[in-house]
Amino acid sequence: MPNNIPGIMKQKKFTPWMYLLPALIVMATFIAYPAFNTFYLSLRNSSNTDWATAACSAAGNCWGIFENFRYALTSTIMQTAFINNIKWIILMVSGTVALGLLIAVLADRVKYEPVAKAIIFMPMAISFVGAGVIWKFMYNFNAGDVQIGLLNSIVLTLGGNPISWLTEPQINTIALIVVGVWMWTGFCMTILAAALKNVSEEILEAARVDGANEWRVFWEIMVPQILPTITVVVTTMIINVLKIFDIVYVMTGGNYGTEVIANRMYTEMYANYNPGRASAIAVVLIAVIIPAMIFNIRRFREQEETR
Amino acid sequence: MKNRFRDLPVHVVLIGLCLIWLLPTIGLLVTSLRPVQDINESGWWTIFSPPKGHEEYQSLCAPCHGDDGNAISAADLSDPEVVQNYRRSFSLISALERDINGSPHMGDLPVPDEYQAADIAYKLRTLSGIEKRTTFTLNNYIDALTGYRGKSTYREDCEAGTQSLDLYCDFRDLANPRGMGRAFINSLLVAIPSTFLPILFAAFAAYAFSWMEFKGRQWLFALLVGLQVVPLQMTLIPISRLYAQIGLNGTFLGIWLFHTGFGLPYAIYLMRNFLGSLPHEIFESAYLDGASHWTAFYKLAIPLSIPALASLAIFQFLWIWNDLLVALVFLGGQHPVMTYQIGNMVTSLGSGWHLLTAAAFISMALPLLVFFALQRYFVRGMLAGSVKG
Repeated sequence: MPNNIPGIMKQKKFTPWMYLLPALIVMATFIAYPAFNTFYLSLRNSSNTDWATAACSAAGNCWGIFENFRYALTSTIMQTAFINNIKWIILMVSGTVALGLLIAVLADRVKYEPVAKAIIFMPMAISFVGAGVIWKFMYNFNAGDVQIGLLNSIVLTLGGNPISWLTEPQINTIALIVVGVWMWTGFCMTILAAALKNVSEEILEAARVDGANEWRVFWEIMVPQILPTITVVVTTMIINVLKIFDIVYVMTGGNYGTEVIANRMYTEMYANYNPGRASAIAVVLIAVIIPAMIFNIRRFREQEETR
Repeated sequence: MKNRFRDLPVHVVLIGLCLIWLLPTIGLLVTSLRPVQDINESGWWTIFSPPKGHEEYQSLCAPCHGDDGNAISAADLSDPEVVQNYRRSFSLISALERDINGSPHMGDLPVPDEYQAADIAYKLRTLSGIEKRTTFTLNNYIDALTGYRGKSTYREDCEAGTQSLDLYCDFRDLANPRGMGRAFINSLLVAIPSTFLPILFAAFAAYAFSWMEFKGRQWLFALLVGLQVVPLQMTLIPISRLYAQIGLNGTFLGIWLFHTGFGLPYAIYLMRNFLGSLPHEIFESAYLDGASHWTAFYKLAIPLSIPALASLAIFQFLWIWNDLLVALVFLGGQHPVMTYQIGNMVTSLGSGWHLLTAAAFISMALPLLVFFALQRYFVRGMLAGSVKG
């Protein structure tokens, strides 16, 4: 934050707040208040008439006022969601970053770079709903001989049996992650490509003249130089993946073992009408995101210092 | 030459990846342009292979009847009245098994089996014009836009006058609540104010953060950066309860305000970074000339930050255009937007791929247009928000 604001521009004490007030009021109403309210609701029962303790059954386990968190942390469906979110993080973050980096490096060496990049980035422009339709069609499964889905048609041509991609456990989560990778690789590619442009051409040339092959140039010069950017992309992607909702909602609705945290929260709120449980899940979600958030703020501070 | 050879693997991998990336979308586009019967009978990639029954006809019938079917005038296959009798494979086979003028109909050629006969019968229907199916059609788009849900197509029903009661068969059908035309308007009604409002508020706030001195400036801004990562889902529950109390559920105002609140942290962050990076000599000299903060804001800061505003506007607009969750919670079926309406594109006849693919493409048309026309601003908006300080 620049502290060197021209002294002459000093103003009346309340002027800044005139500029800030509209934004602050809206943000307080729509982000700050709901965030706190969610914490409160997570301790209440499903109809918000009493504390969550009232929902305890006499026989079963009870976490008292944190009863909703017992559900959010230990129920079978939520454990499935946690496991799936971990799968999403591992596969989607590594997939998007690796592919994004690969494409960025390759595109840098060809004349049709802008076209190639536009093609990879294009899915970022469309909605999850649109992507859902596109990929549901790719994954289409018929019981008979006629397969109108491209993937099953390929499987059939290769002599295999058509697979019901979206209902087959284990396969279906991977199938959804593929859609995520398809959509977000362009994002990683663009950021990484911008960082690669800043790697000094002379150092690269010097290494090549010294006889280093492209593989070593990549791992020993490019990667270390853009490592800060890679870390940033990874954190941003982890936050995005933790919040993943639309792909799952549109394509499987969280059925067949594809549940994720954010979709479970939606289901609890708008299908089961249990704001207590939904809020508890929201709190768990924010708790998982906080480490990444702290990292982002710290990064912001560092940049401010070097400004 | 040597260089080119060395780069060959690069081209192969890169072009291969690009093709993989494009293929799903091409499949959607091609499918949306095919007649509904074709979509369910064969994959979209078969449009490159000859039409059904063509090969069988060429090898078994064309030698005598000719490519157009009218080589033998006594049995003109391009005449609908002749072909009318052989619409089904068994009637065709029995005709082919009968002798003509004392010799077998097929001569030395084999009589086609059931499947071949069915395909040939289809080919005959196309030749004679009974079957009006073309390889490509715009009917799916018309049906999706007007919200047509009948058993044939909007155009055919309207020509025959058998359309359902909620259709007028003129431009008014674009406003049919079940159609994508109406949803398109609703999406615009949601997205335009929801783009304008946060940017307006953010510009004011960002100016204050950049060029004004006040207590708590540092931590207030850090707090805003933090707010960016509050998951959207966390705020939905309390806000929809609040809206239920004050009657804002299902209204445009409600969703505008929500999007404004949620777009602000990112918008302020981006705008402040841009305004803060402007050389302060400009502002200093303006102030020396007697300009007030207000003048400096709208005569200097705003015009100078047009590029940043453009990036921001495109990003926010597309984000809202593509949003499903917020529209689902706050508008639902009362004012269906595109992303919501696509989910309703199912017919009583089953999967409804013809409507779904066309509807999806209608909803993607604007974002793709914006993306390809204004790619520079679009990408810049994304970059600035996620990595640049």
